[in-house]
Formats: sequence, C-alpha cells, structure tokens
Amino acid sequence: MDKNGYLLEVEDLWVKVESKQVLRGINLRIKKGEIHIIFGPNGSGKTSLLGTIMGLPQYRIIKGEIKFKGESIKNMPSFERARLGIGLTFQHPPSIKGARLENLLKVMGIEEQRIKNLAKRLSLLEHLPREINRGFSGGEVKRSEVLQVYLQQPELVLLDEPESGVDLENIVLISSVIGELLEKNKPIIKRKKSAIVITHTGYILDYLHADKGHVMLNGEIVCSGGPEDVFDKIKKCGYEQCASCLTSSKEK
Amino acid sequence: MNSETIPEGEKKRLEKVGYDTSGKLSRSASFLMSDNRTLLSEKKEKKLEILSTELAVEKYPWVKDLMFKLVSKDKDDYTRLAASSPPRGFFLRVLPGAKINIPVQSCFFIKTKRLSQVVHNIIVAEPESEVHIITGCTTASYVKQGSHIGITEFYVRENATLTYTMLHDWAPEVVVYPRSSALVEKNGVFISNYIALTRVKEINSYPEAHVKDGGIARFYSIIYAQDESFFDIGAATFLEEKGARGEIINRVVSSGGRVVSRGHILGAAKDTKGHMECSGLLLNKKGMIHAIPELKGIFPETELSHEAAVGKIADEEINYLMTRGIDKDTAVSLIVRGFLDTKIKGLPPQLQKLIAGIIEKSSLGGRI
Ligand SMILES: Nc1ncnc2c1ncn2[C@@H]1O[C@H](COP(=O)(O)OP(=O)(O)OP(=O)(O)O)[C@@H](O)[C@H]1O
Ligand SMILES: [Mg+2]
Repeated sequence: MDKNGYLLEVEDLWVKVESKQVLRGINLRIKKGEIHIIFGPNGSGKTSLLGTIMGLPQYRIIKGEIKFKGESIKNMPSFERARLGIGLTFQHPPSIKGARLENLLKVMGIEEQRIKNLAKRLSLLEHLPREINRGFSGGEVKRSEVLQVYLQQPELVLLDEPESGVDLENIVLISSVIGELLEKNKPIIKRKKSAIVITHTGYILDYLHADKGHVMLNGEIVCSGGPEDVFDKIKKCGYEQCASCLTSSKEK
Repeated sequence: MNSETIPEGEKKRLEKVGYDTSGKLSRSASFLMSDNRTLLSEKKEKKLEILSTELAVEKYPWVKDLMFKLVSKDKDDYTRLAASSPPRGFFLRVLPGAKINIPVQSCFFIKTKRLSQVVHNIIVAEPESEVHIITGCTTASYVKQGSHIGITEFYVRENATLTYTMLHDWAPEVVVYPRSSALVEKNGVFISNYIALTRVKEINSYPEAHVKDGGIARFYSIIYAQDESFFDIGAATFLEEKGARGEIINRVVSSGGRVVSRGHILGAAKDTKGHMECSGLLLNKKGMIHAIPELKGIFPETELSHEAAVGKIADEEINYLMTRGIDKDTAVSLIVRGFLDTKIKGLPPQLQKLIAGIIEKSSLGGRI
C-alpha cells in the first residue's frame, strides 16, 4: 500500500490507441475499500482507462504514471498486474476458439468445487466445458466475466458495464455476486477490495456502496462528486450540461 | 503366438498411444505386433474374433477376397510393397448384432532400428454390430529411423457402427504411409480419428470411405506438426447412394512443421450431405499449412459445404486470457490444446477422454 493509503494512483495519464488520443491527462486516486463509478457518453474513453490500468497492449501510454500499492506498474504485462491483484470484466470480451472456460479457470489455479459452486449460482454450469464466450448470449458473456473475476478475487476490481444487455432478473443476480466480491456486507473499514465501475444504467448502484462518481468526456475526467449526485445530474441534464459546467468552472 | 515380450522400459511408449499393457483398463480384445511379428492376439469378448491376418487367410478362404478390394494393389509403391509382402497385421470380425462397447486395442511397435513394418488389416463389422477400435503406433525409445506402411480395409455392414481411433507417436526420422479405405453399407456408421502430435519425418495418410444408402462417414485428423515434420493428411468421402452423409474435420497446428491438409467430398446421389472443416493454426513463421478442401457435386440434390481457415491465434484472444493472470505461453497452450481437443460426434466418452488425455499430457514439443 502507498503511504497515503492509496491502492491505485493514476497521474496525468495520456494514452493513444493506434493514432487516436483516447485519454488526456487523467488523474484518479482510489483508496483501499473505495468504490468509484465512472459515467460518460459513448466513446469518451472509459473502457480505454480500465484497459490501460489492466495493461492491455493496444493502449499506449504517452505520458503519465500508474501506481498500484505505491509501485509503478506502467511497464508490467497484464498477467503480472493480475497476479498483483487487478482484475477486469470486459465490456466486449472476445470469443476464444479452442479454450474452454473450465480449462482457463483450472490453469488460473482455482479449485474445482469453487468453480462449480459459483457457476451453478450464475447458471453457467453448462457453459464450463464450452469455448470461452463462443456462442454465449449477451447476458451469458457478462455472467462469465463476473464468474472469472470473482474467482480471481482481485483487490482492485475493474467492472466495465457489467450489467449492460442483462435482463432485470440477471442484473439482480450479477449485482449480488459483485456485491459479495466487493464485501458489501462488511463494515467499510473492514473492506479490502476497491473497484472502478462503469455504468450507463446506474442499476448496479443500488447494490454497491459507491464512494465517488466521475464523469468522463473526451478522454478527461471533467467532474467528480458523490455518485448519486453525479448520476442524478446526468439523468436530469445530460452530459452536455457537464460540458457547460466544465466551461463555466474554467471561466471562473 | 510368440514368447517374446515388450521390454518393461518400453511399455510406457505403448501406453502413450492408448495400448494398455497392465490389463487394468477394460479392453474387449488386444492385438500387439512388434516389428513384423505378432506378440499377442487375444479377446475377452465372445462375439468378436481377432486373428493375425496370416492365420485369418488360412482359416477363412473368403478373407482373401476382402484384401485389396477397397485399396487397390497398384495404387502406389507402398500398396505394391504390401501386396508382395506376407500378410501381417490383424483381422477383426464382429458378429452380427453384437454391440461391443468396450474398446478393442491394437498396437504396432517398431523395436528395431531402420525397420520397415508392413501390415495389412482387415476389419469387418457385420450387420447391426458395433465396435470401437484403438490403434496405437509407436517406436521403441531408442529407434529414431524406420518406416510403417499400413493397409487397412474396413467393411461396415448394414446398420453397423465402427469407430477407429489411430494414435501415432513416432520418432523424428520415421516415415509413415497408412493406406486405408472403408465401405459403409446401408445405414452404417464409420468414424475414423487420426491423432499425431509428436515429431516425425513424414506422414502421408489419406483414407477413403465409400458411403452407401443412409450411411455416415466421419473423419477427424488432429495434427501438431513440429519442426522438420511433414504431413500430408486428410480424407476423402464418396457419398454414393441416397441419403449418405460425410464429414471431414482437420485440426492442424504447426509449430514449425509443414502440413498439407486435404479433404474431398463427392456428392453423387439424392439427399447426400457433406461438410468439411480445415482449420489451421500457425504458431510461428517457420511452419506451413496448406488447406485443400475439395467439394464435388455430380447430382443436383446434394448439399456440400466447407469452412477453411489458416492463421495465427488472434492477439486479442491471448491478451484477454493474460488478464486472468496467466503468461503468454500458458495462454497459447490453452488455446492450442483446446483447439486440438475437438469433440468427436458419435465417439464413446471413454475414447473421447483417452484422446483428451493424450493431448493434455503431450508436451507438444516442449514449446508451449
Ligand atoms: N483500436 C482502435 N482504433 C481506433 N480507435 C479506437 C480503438 N479502440 C478504441 N478507439 C476509440 O477510442 C475512443 C474511446 O473508446 P472507449 O472504448 O474507451 O469508449 P467508452 O467510453 O468505453 O465508450 P462506450 O460507452 O461506448 O463503451 C472511441 O472513439 C473509440 O472509437
Ligand atoms: Mg466502453
């Protein structure tokens, strides 16, 4: 842990994908046990931020720093970051010809009984011998992401729209599993897991005690505050208002 | 029978190709040939018969009529060599109506350096019968050079089911020329699986099936081609009568070897249906995979299709797996092993497991 108690510190992060600048000077600090929500319109760079923290190679860091537990992870491959305690549920995971879900979980070193128990709860028992995400329905893909990351038990959980495209019943199911992963039932000071959650619907907020909300626009975090406040404002006025709020604050 | 036995230290070579020497695994019959001698031919099941081909020809004059009926003597130099050699190998016959779920095992073992092993097998599944055969081919650990020429003729009679799973584990300087052909009679089912994952100099195998009324033939080839190896593999299926169906699946990985992956389906009658898949993964720049899927329709009401894809594993897939805390080599191995471990329709679970186990245990050249 960092001496100031931060699990994750992102400092002035500039990132390109191909030739496109997707992140422009992101600053974000997350303490142990904190849950942050990121809102933002399509294409604003939310997925890019999580992908960069996870270490996906298409996100090239042009400038800035990422520290996890006080140490720079900027040059670490993703599997080492995962071993240090970072986990990501993908918004759009690829389907993988050949690799079976159960075999992946096995090479991750997860005990068979734990796999079965959670798969059963997430109605994924029949999916275990199947190739990862191949022919899975939209909701099944999301459940399989939650299954994998739950079993990984990362300290920093990155959730990229875990509930989008999921029916209401399954949102309840997924949210309760995520709530458990994030130790929702423990008193705040005992919670060890931190998270960044991207959501458009906000449904998942009912199941988590989020600490902070941020709005991303065009690769920047333009606004931060209490998650409910931020979400209410977006619902009322839309993201455009965030932009004008930003200009007014700049004018000030 | 011969009093000679397989040396203790070499038994694990046999186990690696599915031949149980311990007697612990259930097998309905066993046939073992070492070099060009039959070491063992025994059965536990009354309703089948297993003999060396040599004895079978003596015992049943009609066996001779089944030889070189499906595979032409003059097909090539190898068939000519087999025709001019004494008839070695095994004869297996399953009696009408006998459903034998416990597999038959056979093994061809080369224990002498530079030996040329020439065999001719005749397999008959009589009407309404069912049989599952494992054939392992391997060399003694110290044998690096040699050749194996194997003719196998399959007779799948009406309503019979025959599965044949061939597991090869050769040495780097061995050349292998199987020549087989099947006749699948009315409503018969023939499934032929070929698995070769270790280094070998050259394997050239192109089995055929002639499928009659309502019959089914499926061929699966699972190949991992290492450096300095050359494979010319695949199968041909001739859908000759109404309602015949055929499937050819080639799953090929090259970590440096060269592979020609063939398939040919002929639709020659009403309501025939055939599908072929030639997929190949190239793990580096050294290897080559040449997929040649061929479909030929000579009757309008035939339905033939194929999918072929050759390429590398997508970076996106490897990157995804790596986010779960596994390194690149493990991610590649997971994809490759899964790719090879294809589900074979109609194969008993016990044999599917045997194949899965062999793929899982294989070092795949120690690369991944
Ligand atoms: N490989 C790529 N090549 C070019 N542009 C890319 C690539 N990947 C992402 N982008 C672009 O980067 C921008 C940010 O994408 P990102 O996926 O981070 O958005 P997002 O905020 O997650 O959006 P959404 O809400 O739709 O998921 C988008 O304009 C996107 O088109
Ligand atoms: Mg996104």
